[in-house]
Amino acid sequence: MVEAIESPSQATYWFIQGRVLFWIINLLGSACFAYIVAKRTVPLIRGQRDIRFDRPFIRLGRLLQYWFGQWRHPRYLTAGVLHILFFAGFIVLVIHTVALLALGTSAHATATGGLYGAISDYAATVVFFCMMVAIVRRILKPARYAVPARYGKAHTADAIFLLALIAVLMAADSLFEASRAAGHEPLAVMSLPWMLQGALAAAPLAVLANLCLGAYLVHELTFFFLLCYRPFGIQFHVETSLFTVFFAKLDRGTVKPVRWGVPDEQLDQVKSFGVKTFEDFTWKHMLDFYSCADCGRCSDQCPANAVGRPLSPRFLTIKARDYCFQHFPVWGKANNGHPLIGGIYSEDEIWSCTTCGACEAECPLLVEYIDKIVDLRRGMVDDGKVPQSLQKPLKALESRGNPFGKMEKKRADWLKAKDFQATCDVKILNGGHNTDTLYFVDSITSYDDRIQAIGRATAQILNRSGEDFGILGAAEKDSGHDVRRFGEETLFMALREHNTEAIKASGVQRIVTSDPHAYNALKHDYKDVPPVEHISQVMARKVHAGDIKLSPLADGNDVYAYHDPCYLGRHNGVYDAPRDVLDAIPGLKRVEMRRSRDRSFCCGGGGLALFYEPKEDQRMGVKRIQMAAEAGANVIVTACPFCMVNMEDAIKVAGMEGKMTAIDLTELVEKQMR
Amino acid sequence: MEILVCARRVPDTSENEIEMNSAGNDIERDDLVYSVNEPDNYAVEEALEIVERTGGTVTVVTVGGDDDEEILRREMAMGAQHGVLLSDDAFSGSDGRGIATILAGFVKKGHYDLILTGVQAEDGAAQVGGMLAAMLDYPFASLVNAIEVQHGTLKISREIEGGNKEINEIDLPCVLSIQTGINEPRYVGMRGIRQVASLPVPTFGAADLSVNGDAGAAGAKVKVMDYFVPPLGKGAEMLEGSSEAIVDSLIEMLRAKGGLN
Amino acid sequence: MARIFAYIVHKGGLADDSAAELAAAAGKIDGAQSPTAVVTGWGAECDAVCESLRASFREVWKVANESLAYPNAEFVRKALVNVLPSGCIVLVPHSHFGTDLSPGLSIKMNAAYVPDVLDIEGVTGVALKLVRQEFGGQVSAHVHCDISSGAVITIRPGAFKPLESAPADGVVIDKSASVGALTAGRRYLETIAPEMGAVDITKYPVLVSIGRGIQEQENVAIAQDLADALGAAVSCSRPVVDAKWMEKSRQVGSSGQTVKPKVYLACGISGSFQHLAGIKGSPFIVAINKNRNAPIFRVADVGIAADILEFLPELTARIREK
Repeated sequence: MVEAIESPSQATYWFIQGRVLFWIINLLGSACFAYIVAKRTVPLIRGQRDIRFDRPFIRLGRLLQYWFGQWRHPRYLTAGVLHILFFAGFIVLVIHTVALLALGTSAHATATGGLYGAISDYAATVVFFCMMVAIVRRILKPARYAVPARYGKAHTADAIFLLALIAVLMAADSLFEASRAAGHEPLAVMSLPWMLQGALAAAPLAVLANLCLGAYLVHELTFFFLLCYRPFGIQFHVETSLFTVFFAKLDRGTVKPVRWGVPDEQLDQVKSFGVKTFEDFTWKHMLDFYSCADCGRCSDQCPANAVGRPLSPRFLTIKARDYCFQHFPVWGKANNGHPLIGGIYSEDEIWSCTTCGACEAECPLLVEYIDKIVDLRRGMVDDGKVPQSLQKPLKALESRGNPFGKMEKKRADWLKAKDFQATCDVKILNGGHNTDTLYFVDSITSYDDRIQAIGRATAQILNRSGEDFGILGAAEKDSGHDVRRFGEETLFMALREHNTEAIKASGVQRIVTSDPHAYNALKHDYKDVPPVEHISQVMARKVHAGDIKLSPLADGNDVYAYHDPCYLGRHNGVYDAPRDVLDAIPGLKRVEMRRSRDRSFCCGGGGLALFYEPKEDQRMGVKRIQMAAEAGANVIVTACPFCMVNMEDAIKVAGMEGKMTAIDLTELVEKQMR
Repeated sequence: MEILVCARRVPDTSENEIEMNSAGNDIERDDLVYSVNEPDNYAVEEALEIVERTGGTVTVVTVGGDDDEEILRREMAMGAQHGVLLSDDAFSGSDGRGIATILAGFVKKGHYDLILTGVQAEDGAAQVGGMLAAMLDYPFASLVNAIEVQHGTLKISREIEGGNKEINEIDLPCVLSIQTGINEPRYVGMRGIRQVASLPVPTFGAADLSVNGDAGAAGAKVKVMDYFVPPLGKGAEMLEGSSEAIVDSLIEMLRAKGGLN
Repeated sequence: MARIFAYIVHKGGLADDSAAELAAAAGKIDGAQSPTAVVTGWGAECDAVCESLRASFREVWKVANESLAYPNAEFVRKALVNVLPSGCIVLVPHSHFGTDLSPGLSIKMNAAYVPDVLDIEGVTGVALKLVRQEFGGQVSAHVHCDISSGAVITIRPGAFKPLESAPADGVVIDKSASVGALTAGRRYLETIAPEMGAVDITKYPVLVSIGRGIQEQENVAIAQDLADALGAAVSCSRPVVDAKWMEKSRQVGSSGQTVKPKVYLACGISGSFQHLAGIKGSPFIVAINKNRNAPIFRVADVGIAADILEFLPELTARIREK
């Protein structure tokens, strides 16, 4: 009969009985971890309020999809699959690990066996080999892991250390299993414990016993070391990710209020707007800083980062996290109060963001960026730190209701184009309550000489397809969409109030717009206004219903690529309607760019972003038309006036006149409408 | 340092279209939006930056009526500690000298180490600063684009021809007119203005300031009789037609004038 | 009629072009009178200027004092107050110096002040009738000035064409003794010239000049392309320098460089007088601007209403073809 190796709780480790030793290790380790977590919670308690406990069932559903289901991970296939594998492994090993802990403290505890035991063995094996691959990837770095010099050094050694420790954990566990089962218990075939068991087949019992007990000790120590070390780096996401995903933002497209729980009317009493010091962040935003896994996917997708602007979302988070670790230390007193702008962040860094949302669409942990940037901008606006290039349009918006400083009474002058006026009579709504639809034109389409053509095309389409519509004319002011996102909340509220009154006074039941920024604002930022659609959605519906018939293209040689505007596509999920409209034009050859739909590459930004003068190596628009050319297109189709401005600018600057043209979807449809 | 900045409310330079009215004797004023004169805003920012370095307060003063108070509040929202309105029926119709007289009356009531004005306003006169200095017998410098505070004096740079900078030393108290571009004025939004909405803005009238007969319409020696847009005269020969035709014509002309090498 | 004086700006012993313009302006105030030139300065340069003015002025008052060696407006003002008779009319060029000197001078002389005058229509009683501009030159104004106690008037450079008149053979009268003690609360230290960039625009016969219409820094390349095709240099107006799209040494204007090219292409430039003041010698001016009402079209020889961002590349391409 083969003697069984005694359980660790019964064994003696250097004169200490196992059970005592492991009780001490368990208690100390747990207490240490609890203390560290408590200290890590301190800034969150001091942070601003955040309303995240509403709609718990929806949150639960998203938790299942994004956290448990690792929904976003496969977007980067290699890393994604790797992570799914070892995440699954961890989940499987939870019970096994707890059982292991118990083993050391109680003689009656048994190791896990049977089917679960076998699955656990495979899980440990998978995790082990994944760690090996991960370590290699840390050495042969993918580009997005790189740390530019101005952000400090890469933490490669630390990353490899942690990955190696997890491997050690798996190895120790496997060795424990293997040495304990030695010879008599069958282990899961081809698993790591099985391989080790094979290697130890001839080992004498004494050796096996030492290996077994040693492996157990190593496992326990490693487990608690990792537990207490993780909160000091990116690995903290192992614990915090569940919470971050559960509390993630539910309301797409809108921006957080200045202060949760403070209604607009009471905002005058708030002493300071926006985020100026670290404690001005909400607890959820601080949790985001803890949860970032430093994977770099956000910055990899960030268009500002791609053109050399000083913004990298990944480092926005990592720098904040490092600040938090430094100023709210686990050992020592908290010392906060340092201004973030001019400290860890530069003004240009924060102004460089176009709020395109690519970072948020990519992050596997659903970390939020736009709200933080808007809050930081609110802080700068509050302190008067606004670049001169943005002060002019803001002032014009305040006095004239548009960023160009043009007179209010000329807002509807785009109707007066000679050929247009003869064929299309557009009503100016004046409160008669007898028109169904409002065409909300917004500022750039009203005043810009080139973009007015989009307004006229839209009006023609609505007119010729039988819509009963009108415009607000001089009563319309800028939607304020980007005023809000550039941090001028007070001016935004004034514009919103004005427009809401004007819309209500018009008595319309429905709003249509050709401007995705206005669309987003009316849909998400405005309350109490009729439902709004983008003109592409209206056209798609009419094309399907046969209300709009499109004639074949005269020149069938052109190749068209559709560029998804950020505020139509990514922020609002409208990808198919514009494509359906294009595909309904007979003879139109369409290609997809490498980056499309929710991976679309921002044109350079709209609204106030057109006025900001960033430091960049290249224009985003230029990169985008190069992508169109790469895809084989010579016409780029947009559905946003700001995209149009940026595309046409880019064509000039890149010297691609003749090789690339830009056309708006409405202009194309109007041309082809029968 | 106690700094006084003289500011003025003017039709905004970039948000208005200046057109003649239907009577043909004045500009159309119905649709004008007003704001603080841009060079005056630079002057206030400069004053704030000096006071942030050396301590003291900034007072902004304007001559006008109730409508003009809004620019005082805007500059107070920017950070000026005091705003003062000099208002009286007797002041209306003042020419530049009259305005300077009224301002001098106010200056004499207090004690200011430094008085700033913007280099010029929409009338392009660039006169009040120099006049004020002469009335007070203070040294004066115009077109100042840099200020360094020393002990009892300032080292200043003036903008002169050819992009040159004329460096001077000037005794305090003095009057300076400030050129745009000297600094980057901080932003003031609606919220900032709301926060100063209830701060007091004292008003002084003719009785409070010892103002002589130079003020007001009666004392004005310079009067604008009317505005007009002069007939254009010959002006440029405008090239019309397709852009190809225009380009070709232009190239011909350039060749003829020796513009093509 | 009050006596008219013309304050003469000079440099390096040579009188400025404005001297003749002031004489012309004086003629429009009082055709019967020959204005008196007033020269402040010191030493041989001052003497040389006074000598040269005898050809165009019947009387030249020399006001020499060591403190006046450098034209510090504070000192000049005090000297003039002591030298000039009360109730006179003083004409000064509307320049950086003129605007520094004149407002204070009018107060000390208890005279009226009218700056930046473009035209003089004559005198009716005590009212001198003048024309000025406001709102950056967008609109003109008829102004009446009460000259009963004298006046200080600054004249816009280039607004008055010098008169073709017979040489005067004037006399130089030394008024230096009347100056008295000169002290002032402002002392001149030095002049700092801007760093000269690689390109000296004053040396080019053809200039492609850009203004606010260029819209963005990246578009400057469009102007450079055209300049390369023409063998020209790119210059600019003040807003382009303020926005930091080009360096100061490229600026044409009263606060920038003065240029005398053969051909001047004003692209996206509105035509403010401060900019035009930097263009001398009557070059062939081509103006390209989206706004047909831009003041530049009044002074240009040829005008094209177009967007420079579209027109310039077309022009460049065509020039390269030929």
